[in-house]
Amino acid sequence: MAAADLAAEPAVGAPLIELRGVGRTYANGTCALADVDLDLRRGEFVTLVGPSGCGKSTLLNLIAGLARPSSGRITWRDAAAASIRDARPRIGFVFQSPTLMPWARLATNVRLPLDLAGVARKAADRAVADALARVNLTGFAHHLPRELSGGMQMRASIARALVTDPELLLMDEPFGALDEFTRQRLDAELLSLWSAQRFTVVFVTHSIQEAVFLSTRVAVMGARPGRILDVLYIAEPYPRDDAFRLSTTFAAHAHRLSSRIADAGAGELPDAAAGGGRAAARGARPGQASR
Amino acid sequence: MSGAAKRARLLRVLAPLAVAIVMLAGWQALVTAYHVPVYLVPSPLRVVHTLYADRALLFASLAVTLGVALTALAIAIVAGVAIALVFAQSRWIEMSFFPYAILLQVTPIVSIAPLIIIWVHDTRTALVMCAVVVAIFPIISNTTLGLRSVDRGLANLFRLSRATRWQTLWRLRVPGALPYFFGGLRIASGLALIGAVVAEFVAGTGGEGAGLAYQILLAGIQLNIPRLFAALLLIAAAGVAMFAATAGLSRLALARWHESELPRDE
Ligand SMILES: Nc1ncnc2c1ncn2[C@@H]1O[C@H](COP(=O)(O)OP(=O)(O)O)[C@@H](O)[C@H]1O
Ligand SMILES: [Mg+2]
Repeated sequence: MAAADLAAEPAVGAPLIELRGVGRTYANGTCALADVDLDLRRGEFVTLVGPSGCGKSTLLNLIAGLARPSSGRITWRDAAAASIRDARPRIGFVFQSPTLMPWARLATNVRLPLDLAGVARKAADRAVADALARVNLTGFAHHLPRELSGGMQMRASIARALVTDPELLLMDEPFGALDEFTRQRLDAELLSLWSAQRFTVVFVTHSIQEAVFLSTRVAVMGARPGRILDVLYIAEPYPRDDAFRLSTTFAAHAHRLSSRIADAGAGELPDAAAGGGRAAARGARPGQASR
Repeated sequence: MSGAAKRARLLRVLAPLAVAIVMLAGWQALVTAYHVPVYLVPSPLRVVHTLYADRALLFASLAVTLGVALTALAIAIVAGVAIALVFAQSRWIEMSFFPYAILLQVTPIVSIAPLIIIWVHDTRTALVMCAVVVAIFPIISNTTLGLRSVDRGLANLFRLSRATRWQTLWRLRVPGALPYFFGGLRIASGLALIGAVVAEFVAGTGGEGAGLAYQILLAGIQLNIPRLFAALLLIAAAGVAMFAATAGLSRLALARWHESELPRDE
């Protein structure tokens, strides 16, 4: 397959979020993010990859509104008119660890966002049963988190994120702590959930394979300061299955992504020779192209 | 449960019991063999006999001391948790008042007790106050720490769901603080008894409301050493019982989910 085909931009949905020149400097002076431009569109599955410490979690927290950007702005777009709106959309957040309340049964854990929002008990219970069914945990509603495997706890965490029917799902290395088999199964389950409902996903991972398998688009990030170095499209049709994992197309995408990451890495050498490499990476940054 | 686990559990009871039997038998044998006078070291059998003979007096005193200790513990729990809830609301409040809680903790109770006993007319109230002063600190400090030690991810989840301060307190911080609270309660239960006994020593009240400390004081003056030992035995037993009760309470509350109370052989 030709490289041009691999890099083709697919048709995209209406704008959801615009990040313009977003930076974040922590109180201790650490510049975790600098000058990030990113457009997220409805129904996209965007993956952030990059070395640890390059600001992936920081970026996710900024999008979630858990922290404020020190510079730049994040704008939400309304679905219909593509106009700016004030209210944040409904956001689901899945953390690296399941972060379930250990004292509460699964149903209570999954119902939490609804309880906090004051949703009536009956409607909430229906939504919980539905969410648990979607992640194949029906029958475990009355279990405590410690009675479940790591993979099941993660699925419960996803059910909790989905129970509010979010427009945007943020996932911070959700399957990073799981074994490869469980991770691949959960990746596939996540994709089928996403295909069915078409919420927008921003997904952080260390794994090139996971990024290629899941995403419509991959943003490669670099550290010191954290920034987006490169954006790649994975313009392959869904549903993607195990056959896709084994295909030459998959291998080609993985190869392309790893070489981009390697290029990006070359720009991170702290010596003087790295100056040119960094400039090249910046110049080639297709963050602009997606505007 | 497997046979091995059953044996292990039995051993946990039998081993200390065997140690007790050997020590008591040795004690009895030595006292008998060397004709140690009873006003120096009474034999274990003699102590048990005294405990039975003076049971009316001793158990009435035990009830007084236990009453003071339990009342103090209850007050320390209620007041300690209330103070911890206030401390957990703001760093400023905690920073302003925590040093005084420490001050109260590090000042030996024997040096404060005389003042409290002079100031407070009712002796029993004074005794309870002394015991509260001793017992309250571990409850305050542990519960405050627990209320602060919130899982970061869960805290973010609550913020993301726009939870109110109240919701975050009741649904996240209070349940999360329970293991810390029970840790403090175990220490406090022992301290409440120590506080009650020390305060009784300082007050030296006899007559109707005489506690075990007074019986020890009196028995010492009268050289009634078997009764002194019997009273000591009761205080120790009361301490163990209070500790066991709080440990049981903790297991009841946390057994379902907290690491500290999960069965080992699961
Ligand atoms: N609360 C914080 N205070 C100070 N520095 C922080 C804080 N959180 C993260 N950092 C720093 O910001 C950088 C980016 O962190 P993070 O967003 O967690 O990276 P990633 O998720 O890509 O590993 C790192 O250098 C990290 O040490
Ligand atoms: Mg991270």
